[in-house]
Amino acid sequence: MAEVEGGCELFSAGHRACGGCGPALAARLLLKATGKNVILVASTGCMEVFSTPYPETAWGVPWIHSLFENAAAVASGIEASLKRQGRSEKVVCVAGDGATFDIGVLCISGAFERGHDITYICYDNEAYMNTGIQRSAATPYGASTTTSPAGKCSPGNVLPKKDMPAILAAHGAPYVATASIAYPNDFVQKVERAINTPGPCYIQVHTPCCTGWGFESGETLAMAKLAIETGLWVNYELVNGQVEKAKKVRRKPVEEYLTKQKRFRHLFKPARRDDMIVNIQAVADANAERFGIDIKKKESSE
Amino acid sequence: MALRVGCAAPPGRALDNKTGAWRVFKPVFEPEKCTKCGMCAMVCPEGCVHETEEGTFEPDLDYCKGCGICVEICPKKGIRMEKEEK
Amino acid sequence: MLEFMEGSHAVAEIVKRCRPQVIAAYPITPQTHIVEDLAQMVANCEIDAEYITVESEFSALSACLGASAAGSRVYSATTSQGLALMFEVCFNAAGMRQPIVMTIANRSLGAPLSIWNDQQDSISLRDSGWLQYYAEDNQEAADLHMIAYRVCEDHDILLPAFVCFDGFILTHTYEPVALPSQEEVDAYLPAFAPYQRLDAEAPLSMGMYATPDYYMEFRYEIDRAMHRSKQAFIKAGREFGEQFGRDYSALVEGYRLEDADTALVAMGSICGTAKDAIDEMREHGRKVGLLKIRTYRPFPAQEIADALKGVSTVAVLDKNISLGNGGAVGTEVKSALYGSGAAVYDYIIALGGRDVRKRDIAAVVDLAEKGKGDMFYGLRTEVL
Repeated sequence: MAEVEGGCELFSAGHRACGGCGPALAARLLLKATGKNVILVASTGCMEVFSTPYPETAWGVPWIHSLFENAAAVASGIEASLKRQGRSEKVVCVAGDGATFDIGVLCISGAFERGHDITYICYDNEAYMNTGIQRSAATPYGASTTTSPAGKCSPGNVLPKKDMPAILAAHGAPYVATASIAYPNDFVQKVERAINTPGPCYIQVHTPCCTGWGFESGETLAMAKLAIETGLWVNYELVNGQVEKAKKVRRKPVEEYLTKQKRFRHLFKPARRDDMIVNIQAVADANAERFGIDIKKKESSE
Repeated sequence: MALRVGCAAPPGRALDNKTGAWRVFKPVFEPEKCTKCGMCAMVCPEGCVHETEEGTFEPDLDYCKGCGICVEICPKKGIRMEKEEK
Repeated sequence: MLEFMEGSHAVAEIVKRCRPQVIAAYPITPQTHIVEDLAQMVANCEIDAEYITVESEFSALSACLGASAAGSRVYSATTSQGLALMFEVCFNAAGMRQPIVMTIANRSLGAPLSIWNDQQDSISLRDSGWLQYYAEDNQEAADLHMIAYRVCEDHDILLPAFVCFDGFILTHTYEPVALPSQEEVDAYLPAFAPYQRLDAEAPLSMGMYATPDYYMEFRYEIDRAMHRSKQAFIKAGREFGEQFGRDYSALVEGYRLEDADTALVAMGSICGTAKDAIDEMREHGRKVGLLKIRTYRPFPAQEIADALKGVSTVAVLDKNISLGNGGAVGTEVKSALYGSGAAVYDYIIALGGRDVRKRDIAAVVDLAEKGKGDMFYGLRTEVL
């Protein structure tokens, strides 16, 4: 049964996200978990830009945006200040994959190493979307972006997706989780757990981007679900570095996911790139193996 | 109106921006099919699907961008998209 | 009562008395003694502050910005390469009107790498919206921190400030300094009362983005605040004098300028050497004086023009160079004296910690009076 919060929304309508925006939904959902007693620290990016053109802010909670790469450092200072003042607001960073996986690594590493009591939520739409769909370290293998475009002599992005959850777990983060807007209640629960776990916690939420990935706006949640069903995205938790509760699926072949997005169209037209598709399937298979997501068929002889 | 120091603003002004004007298609809700699961309200990226007194749901057409996520999510196929009459 | 102590230690002792609540700093020569002293004070519970050992200077200023926005008085210190790394955050902090006070232990910028003093670092951020105060000696370095917090936190100002003192020359030298008591500082500097803060009881979105319809007006407001800070500094400096007996109500200060034909213009510790050189030149009948610039930003153009009325030759000592255009201070002094009829010359001097002696000051005066200027002083032509 879904939980619905009627009445006053802490993230209001009137924001300028594209229709069907995954990150916009993530913003609403994370505020259901935090409630009002929170201070949000935003990075430059889609969510910051579509929600705060002066003076039209969509945020109903305290919110601060400094620069692209320093949300975690700003949050460290806020956390220290609140500690000094004996205040109870939770400090939550909200940043895109570009800000998190690439330019923000310095500040995140420092904040997590020092053990600040903050939660860092990365909304992962797998590219620098705000600036026009450029490749980030979160862009999956085989995707075409404007800076890793498919062309006559390139099949798109050939670099693997950086494993940020593992990196932050290695810093000693007590709770790290991946989530998806396909499973909104699961995401909300993970945010609740993170903000109530002392120390630095990280949540990476998959937020498909219809504009950047090339699919119809109404398909956002279906796309997020397919990512999980193909094993290209795994919902799991790392509790003190150990994998717990990976979501199990009856896996579908990756092609079902790839054919539905323009960013992978070059793998099928003008000609099929089976070499690339096989590699992408291997990524999904490796995820399945690592996290144990395949629902095992029962042995009929038992 | 005077600028606020530090390019800051209190909550509420985003509501001045009626994003309903962006729509090409609009959602039409059929309350007789509604099981009151609330998923449409939960997953709307605008937060503009609201519960009625009867416990069913309706969109706020001032803000609805016509994205169609609610149509896809409704387990009873109780929402359909229609071309907007201008 | 005067105590003999290292400049860095004097600054740390004063910062302690200013009661910062969050200190975020990254070590860099020649600032290290300040942040080490403060760390020891925190470890001994002499300061009631959170001390964040950040992973870079960029993070130090970012953390200070966050803590300030959440409602705490903050402090940091840096120099040279560290300040350069903070460049982006400096503009951001001024634009977000956070009253951060940061010590700059002035040091040259690489390449080539140099740990020694000049004023290139802070001067290179003159466009950033930070107030800039320069200390001649360690007493002034200490005192200016208290005045800076007063000015910055004024709700009519709300700007961050650099308190600059020369690396090694002041940071690492021992001078007699009068340290006020905690009660005296509390009487001068009240508890931090932020104009606005991040607070769940009164939510605000801070640091929104500004379209072309708004951006210019925001920048205009910062500029106006900078200009208003002149009066705020004078008032805070006068009140400082009334309480502590050392008056700081002047943005610029003349030394033996009243009947001078030639005036030197300078900032920082070089003023001390210049004053000694002037005393010697005066003994030989030369009418030389000094105009010391204490507040570099906002630039005291009118005050400089007023102070140098009647002076026919002006020699600006620039411990910096705006490569391709000469010294920054010289360029701005020339602009302030435009139309005055004075001959104004710029001397690039003492870069990268090269020593300045009284005879060098006298040599500059000679050059200026001969009409030779706008040059690097003291180049070792044999290595060129």
